[in-house]
Amino acid sequence: MVKNEEIQKLIDKVSKLAKKKGVEFPESYILDIVDAYNRHDLTDKELETLVIRVKKAYEQSKVEAGEAVGTVAAQSVGEPGTQMTMRTFHFAGVNELNVTLGLPRLIEIVDARKTIKTPTMAIYFEEDKKNDDEFVKKLANQIGKSTVNDILEVDGFKINYAEMKVEATIDAKKVEDKKLDYEKIKEAIKKSFKKAKFNPDNDYNFYIEPKEVNIRELRLDADKVRDLQISGLKGIGKVIIRKEEDQYILHTEGSNLEKILKIDGVDKEKTSTNHIHEIEEVLGIEAARNAIINEILRTLSEQGLTVDIRHIMLVADMMTSQGTVRSIGRHGISGKKSSVLARAAFEETGRHLLNASIRGEVEHLTGIIENIIIGQPIPLGTGSVDIMMKPNKRKGGR
Amino acid sequence: MKEIIKKIDHINFGLMSPENIRKNSVIKIVTPDTYDEDGYPIENGLMDPHLGVIDPSLKCKTCGSKGGECLGHFGSIDLARPVVHVGFADNIYKILRSVCNECGRVLLTDTEIENFKYEILMAMDNEESINEIIKRVQDAAKKDKCPHCEEKQSDIKIDKPTSINDGDYRLTASEIRDRLERITDEDALVLGVNPKVARPEWMVLTVLPVPPVTVRPSITLETGERSEDDLTHKLVDILRINQRLSENMEAGAPQLIVEDLWELLQYHVTTYFDNEASGVPPARHRSGRPLKTLAQRLKGKEGRFRSNLSGKRVNFSARTVISPDPNISINEVGVPEMIATEVTVPVHVNDWNIEELKKYILNGPEVHPGANYVIRSDDRKIRVYDDTKDSIIENIEPGWVVERHLKDGDIVLFNRQPSLHRMSMMAHEVKVLPYKTFRLNLCVCPPYNADFDGDEMNMHVFQTDESRAEAKSLMRVQEHILSPRFGGPIIGAIHDHISGAYLLTRNGSTFTEEQAFQIIRKAKLPIPKRKNPNDNPELGTNWTGKELFSLLLPEKLNLEYKGEICKNCQVCKERDCEFDSYVVIEDGELKYGALDEKAYGSFSGKILDKIVKDYGSDTAKEFLDRSTNMAISGIMKVGITTSTNDEEIPQEAQDRIQAHLDDAEENVDRHVKAYEEGELEALPGRSLEETLEMKIMQVLGEARDKSGEIAESYFAMETNHSVVMAKTGARASMLNLTQITACVGQQSVRGGRISRGYIERTLPHFRKNELGAKARGFVHSSYKSGLDPVEFFFHAMGGREGLVDTAIRTAQSGYMQRRLVNALQDLKVTENGLVQDNKGNVIQTMFGEDGVDPAKSDHGKAADLDKIIKEMRIKK
Repeated sequence: MVKNEEIQKLIDKVSKLAKKKGVEFPESYILDIVDAYNRHDLTDKELETLVIRVKKAYEQSKVEAGEAVGTVAAQSVGEPGTQMTMRTFHFAGVNELNVTLGLPRLIEIVDARKTIKTPTMAIYFEEDKKNDDEFVKKLANQIGKSTVNDILEVDGFKINYAEMKVEATIDAKKVEDKKLDYEKIKEAIKKSFKKAKFNPDNDYNFYIEPKEVNIRELRLDADKVRDLQISGLKGIGKVIIRKEEDQYILHTEGSNLEKILKIDGVDKEKTSTNHIHEIEEVLGIEAARNAIINEILRTLSEQGLTVDIRHIMLVADMMTSQGTVRSIGRHGISGKKSSVLARAAFEETGRHLLNASIRGEVEHLTGIIENIIIGQPIPLGTGSVDIMMKPNKRKGGR
Repeated sequence: MKEIIKKIDHINFGLMSPENIRKNSVIKIVTPDTYDEDGYPIENGLMDPHLGVIDPSLKCKTCGSKGGECLGHFGSIDLARPVVHVGFADNIYKILRSVCNECGRVLLTDTEIENFKYEILMAMDNEESINEIIKRVQDAAKKDKCPHCEEKQSDIKIDKPTSINDGDYRLTASEIRDRLERITDEDALVLGVNPKVARPEWMVLTVLPVPPVTVRPSITLETGERSEDDLTHKLVDILRINQRLSENMEAGAPQLIVEDLWELLQYHVTTYFDNEASGVPPARHRSGRPLKTLAQRLKGKEGRFRSNLSGKRVNFSARTVISPDPNISINEVGVPEMIATEVTVPVHVNDWNIEELKKYILNGPEVHPGANYVIRSDDRKIRVYDDTKDSIIENIEPGWVVERHLKDGDIVLFNRQPSLHRMSMMAHEVKVLPYKTFRLNLCVCPPYNADFDGDEMNMHVFQTDESRAEAKSLMRVQEHILSPRFGGPIIGAIHDHISGAYLLTRNGSTFTEEQAFQIIRKAKLPIPKRKNPNDNPELGTNWTGKELFSLLLPEKLNLEYKGEICKNCQVCKERDCEFDSYVVIEDGELKYGALDEKAYGSFSGKILDKIVKDYGSDTAKEFLDRSTNMAISGIMKVGITTSTNDEEIPQEAQDRIQAHLDDAEENVDRHVKAYEEGELEALPGRSLEETLEMKIMQVLGEARDKSGEIAESYFAMETNHSVVMAKTGARASMLNLTQITACVGQQSVRGGRISRGYIERTLPHFRKNELGAKARGFVHSSYKSGLDPVEFFFHAMGGREGLVDTAIRTAQSGYMQRRLVNALQDLKVTENGLVQDNKGNVIQTMFGEDGVDPAKSDHGKAADLDKIIKEMRIKK
């Protein structure tokens, strides 16, 4: 706490100094300066010169008005695409989980797909639970998908062709291991198999007879029994427990942010998913924007490509600027442009022109392609400045 | 007199009414024929001269101007029976479904209409898409009973593409039109038809506009045969059927025949608009090729929009093969004389240049610094010929324009496709050179992504002073040394420049005074006075490479970094690094360390990065030109050579590698055995098979790495030039070398070991379900020792996957880039620092949260604080 106060003091000091020198630094700059101040043990005089130098560098490196930042950002994100691998699946970080990577993943993010190929979550725990062996294991089994097959006794599953029934014996130890409630399992089995009969002598043994007595039906039922889900959250498949440095982390196949965040003991700040739409639904549009930035950044840096974060921010901001995550392409941003010509020049030319005619749309020619199409200078960069003439001035003047 | 340039303010879109079509029509087309036997266009035919003319010798009968000047005029065809416009068929269906069959009112209550109308008008005011609202209207208007006349509604269905059924009864186009006519203007608006510009019934055609001949010119083949445009063919079809239909109707033919003809007319009009409409067999040319009708002309990559409107063909451009030239500057381009005499620069004649221009005219179009055309004050263009030369020279006066040949120092635009980023188009200075290829400096290969295996590039010559000025200040090569993608250099030294710099500057590399002077001369530096000549008495009059390179560095340059050859020791000895990899530059003098890719290579050059940022792009350009030249002359003095001997290792090493690989194979077999006996334990979340695969992959990967390490330990950087190239980052990698020497390693398809081919095995050489190293694509051999046939086959499998991969990837990433650019292109930074789109929506209040241009930043930061502090302290 004391340290925080000190830092706050320093922050105020640097901000004041900056204001005196006539600049307004973004917050991150002030924090950087404070950090450097601490690291290098600067004197006040040095701090002052540092602020002056940073001010100079900052002012020199500002974007100029009219700069086509959009195009530059699009190129900077798109160009490395050619250098990326197509290898879809690879083990990212966690050895046991496959995650979509490279170009397919990048396309998935920009497309803002509602269902992604490999949703995955990283669940962190709160301070008091992050080393709680018991708790973590229990939770992993609760949220992870388990099927009857996972708790069967060794050789505990038989298809009895003679009597036309499926017999199964559940291993009580496995149920115990997984910290599952056997009563609930029983209920689940009974619910999906009305004809399930439990052995009155051994509660862990049961058999099922198919609805129609034929071998095909029997075999289908056998598979159904084995694949019957007895626990887990919707959408979540495998769960892998990993010990990282001083804490446990759960990695999941599949994602269900809403439900996971409601679980006690889960760190609500660190826990995350790679499913952007889910983040948008649960945490809102700003969170979705940050998720897009993080996911793109991660996909690119995983391939060893460096792209300035500002470009990625612009892509993310463009995708989220209307309050919902919009895809880049004909169903999202490009399809919702107000300019008829811009839409027609992108995709589905005929449809846009025909619709424009019955709707009576007006093309105001404010965009880039529109002006290229009609052969006028574009309103960007050097084309965004104009000469203004005041024809009446002369009359009044002379 | 030049005309006043008019600016288009806006374009209104709307539907043409039948009256409108008739009003715009200069002639009614009746005859389905085009030309008579003499080759003259038939009156009231599709080539009627009222529609405009193409042949310059003919005159347009409507406007009287000659062919080429007349833009053409529309005609019209009166259809015997109305016909549905395909493009609107879906709209018509949706409108009819939402409208009362009896009274023609929209199936909404008055309050609903009022609300939707308000919403639509609001959206239209804000220029937002009303598609969503219309969709809601259509959903709301699914009522069984009309709220206005209480009539029960029957089900309306569409039968693609153009027929609409009311229950079981198929509506004719006339009936559809009647129903649409009943819709009031107010209802039309709610249904998505803006009554200001369109009426629903106009979507059913009664008159067809006929485009002027200039839109569908006929071509005369060499044989004298005339070939008509696809549109003309289609119009002929329409006219023919139309004629037959009206004849039959007049003659009172049976209803069935009339209906058949009517449907045929509908088919032809449909395919006239869109020959790819679903549910309609495309109309074909005699040869069987589908016709290209109106929609096809506009659509897609080769359509009017993308091919002719968004992209335009230009004059004053050239294209040829490129080849390297280390002797020209990075911002120059070698232009073949042949091209230089063909593409020209327009120069306005004035008192100061008239003599020079006369000389060019005298040279004529053939001799190099010549001229091809002159443009007189009255805008007449005159070609310079031997016979016209003298009269031109006599008459030339200020106010004329001379189109002179390209000469040294002109600014041109140079481009290589695919133009993936802005560095794919840069402005170069022309240097006219002999032979027939474009020459470019090797440093600009990375931004263009060019090599010389037959690549071609384009050159464009600026035609106005404004464009030249703009290019000079924004597009020149040196302005693009830093990439906006990551704020580091993208133009820089490659290949021999890097190994050259290393050989030049590594410890122990000395040159006699004569050699040194040659190198200095080659770098176009003045012969300097030696700094501290007697620092090192051993050296005598000899120069060290570091001394030589220091001559290029700007004074007061201070820099410290770890080089590419750095071995990442646990404790860095910094200046005492025994590998010469810790580079220290003090006051513009290279004190320690040998230079490599990290010094001035493209993508990673630290010295280059520092020079651009601190001393400006022109200094950086000079530095690059000189340092690459010095490196190359250095490499020529030291000598560099490589052969397979570089990858030779003693027998003892080979034995060790072999032993190691055998070990690994045994290890794999052990794993397989464990798996087969069920002793293998599965990793959490993995099946047994997956676990086995992962373990084997790991063992084999380690085996390859280890054998590589063994081989590597026999490679000496001092004598082995292959290793020099790999370690300095000039070309190739140590992995490549160890694959040549020791072991190629595991081949993979789809990210795993090779597992497909024959039933349950990869090749018939193996037992079924064999899981050993060799059976699944592990290549023990090295490239040098040669692969056995099985290995060779697996290697080819892996190689083929790579090729396919690349082909698919380029297509995918190209489309992604197109979408990205299309979505973001309208964004710009305004005067007050906001990022806005063309509608004025604010996307960011400050670009990238700090308003810093990544191209001007230092790897993403406006300022590197540590660097500044270090500098501050050095100064004191």
